[in-house]
Amino acid sequence: MPLELEVTPFHYSQVNKIIREHISKGEREFVLRGVNGHRYLFAGVSAEVSAVIYGTPGLDLGAFMRGPVIRVFGSVQDGAGNTMDHGKIIVHGMAGDVIGYAMRGGKIHIFGDVGYRVGIHMKAYMDKVPVIIIGGKAGDFLGEYMAGGIIILLGMNTIYPERPIAGLFLGTGMHGGAIYIRGKVRENQLGLGLKPYALDSDDEKLLESYLKEYCDDFGLDISEILKEDFIKIIPYTHRPYGKLYAY
Amino acid sequence: MWNIYLRAKEISGCGISGIIHRKGELIPGEMIIKSICCQYERGNGLGAGFAAYGIYPEFKDFYALHVMGQCRESLERVEEFLHKRTYVSFQEPIPTRRVKTIKNPPLFKRYFVRPKFEGEIVEAEDGQSEDDFMVNLVMEINEKISGAYVISSGKNMGVFKGVGFPDEIAEFFRIDEYQAYIWTAHNRFPTNTPGWWGGAHPFTLLDWSIVHNGEISSYGTNKRYLELFGYKCTLLTDTEVVAYILDLLIRRHGLPLELACKVMAPPFWIEIDEMDEEDRELYTALRMVYGGAVLNGPFAILFAYNGGLVGLNDRVKLRPLVVANKGDLYVMGSEEAAIRTILPDPERVWAPKAGEPVIVEMEEATIPNQKSYLKVRPKEEREDALRIGSYPLSLFTSK
Repeated sequence: MPLELEVTPFHYSQVNKIIREHISKGEREFVLRGVNGHRYLFAGVSAEVSAVIYGTPGLDLGAFMRGPVIRVFGSVQDGAGNTMDHGKIIVHGMAGDVIGYAMRGGKIHIFGDVGYRVGIHMKAYMDKVPVIIIGGKAGDFLGEYMAGGIIILLGMNTIYPERPIAGLFLGTGMHGGAIYIRGKVRENQLGLGLKPYALDSDDEKLLESYLKEYCDDFGLDISEILKEDFIKIIPYTHRPYGKLYAY
Repeated sequence: MWNIYLRAKEISGCGISGIIHRKGELIPGEMIIKSICCQYERGNGLGAGFAAYGIYPEFKDFYALHVMGQCRESLERVEEFLHKRTYVSFQEPIPTRRVKTIKNPPLFKRYFVRPKFEGEIVEAEDGQSEDDFMVNLVMEINEKISGAYVISSGKNMGVFKGVGFPDEIAEFFRIDEYQAYIWTAHNRFPTNTPGWWGGAHPFTLLDWSIVHNGEISSYGTNKRYLELFGYKCTLLTDTEVVAYILDLLIRRHGLPLELACKVMAPPFWIEIDEMDEEDRELYTALRMVYGGAVLNGPFAILFAYNGGLVGLNDRVKLRPLVVANKGDLYVMGSEEAAIRTILPDPERVWAPKAGEPVIVEMEEATIPNQKSYLKVRPKEEREDALRIGSYPLSLFTSK
């Protein structure tokens, strides 16, 4: 039986305290209702637990966490998955700015649109490869300063039909990892030192396995996603900014 | 005396909220309190404030001056000055409650006034010069009367602000007893300057009020630019310049609201290069003519006037802003949670694009002295504006 909590009347620090106490007692499943603006939920938690959140969790959901699998029926705010190491955040709504900031492991699956600077400073370490999959569209600076990991942008479930799939300064300062985009972007959206490439068979295999998991999470049909071609955006040299002083 | 001389600009990570009802229905103060208090952690107790529109219907044609005084004497000096320069129709202390955590608050009074032009009241048809008169009056009080500041000066609106958390300031000024058709609120987290009562948001001039999360790095440039037009920055917090820039660009120069926003948060040159010729010329001209009014640095601002509420981000969106609506009720805030706490089932929730203003104006002829800045001004006003500064006519012909 999961532990059910109605958190509306509580301050976030109390909620987090309750969660941590129960984890230390061996509780592994949580259902949080009435969440609205509660910050730092499951931040720093190092345990294989699962949680379902109803509402709008506050900033830095799951920051620094190692292990929890969090499903959010609602939108997440800025900084969700900040520097997370392992685990997963599944968002059935939209997401704010700087999602997955400096993330080095785990997964973030978002059904809808995301804000600005998503995946900024993402990195990979040893066998850890962080993955962010965005079902909607993204604002400017997607994957800024990215050093590793994978961002997949689908542009499908969006409330912004008038906007391009990704904003300006896409991957600015990026020197590792890869951004896969379902569709096309204009050359002048890309940061310096980056180029779009067609996918090879390894890319396709990789993409399919990540998308399969994404589709399972949301009950989507992968063949619908794969109907359109993807591009892959990576730096075109090993040291893209060796001669760049400033923009 | 407040020791405010050495203070530089502020850097802050504040929280903001705003509500407007497009049909002018009155919104109880509890709503804005709830929304801003949902973002409690965005402030640190060094400043909070509220702006309310539609709270003085019995004095709707008078400028409502909210004056903050350090002591009885400074308020007396303001009163003496007001009696000389204006017709004071009514005055009273702003009602407050005792709040345990608020120690030694300044004194607050409100005055409902009309300008006195050489002993004659100029009738409303010359509204523009009444506004100019009031701007000069406010600048003069803020600059010359020590220990006293006008914290708001618009018609049928008022600002309540001070040092404390938003719930404390709301309690102090009895915000729950007011109803307004537009509210804005601020929860301050100053990190570069000590919080003081005058430095809390909203900042105002006439009926412009502004709350801001971020830092105006271009404060020095903006301040010097505004000084050329007679504005005096006396409150030593960066946000002050935004109120005066709005007044200059929109009321005095007559720019449509959206273009004024594009002056403050201009498109990048790479975006301008891609525009069609007419727009390219327009935006190039805006950047050239109004370089001094560009706001640099991170900001999410909400500004309001008698008739509208506007949300605007810096052009790279370094501060958050979320907007939602349900029917005619629009709510804006730093966090989605701040919206959902008062509007649990919105029709639409969205995050505006960087540099693109969200403008919500009330329906026509909803409130007294209503203003709309969406449209290009009539020819006579344009020519007036052109006499003030010289900039290309194309500014006014596009769109």
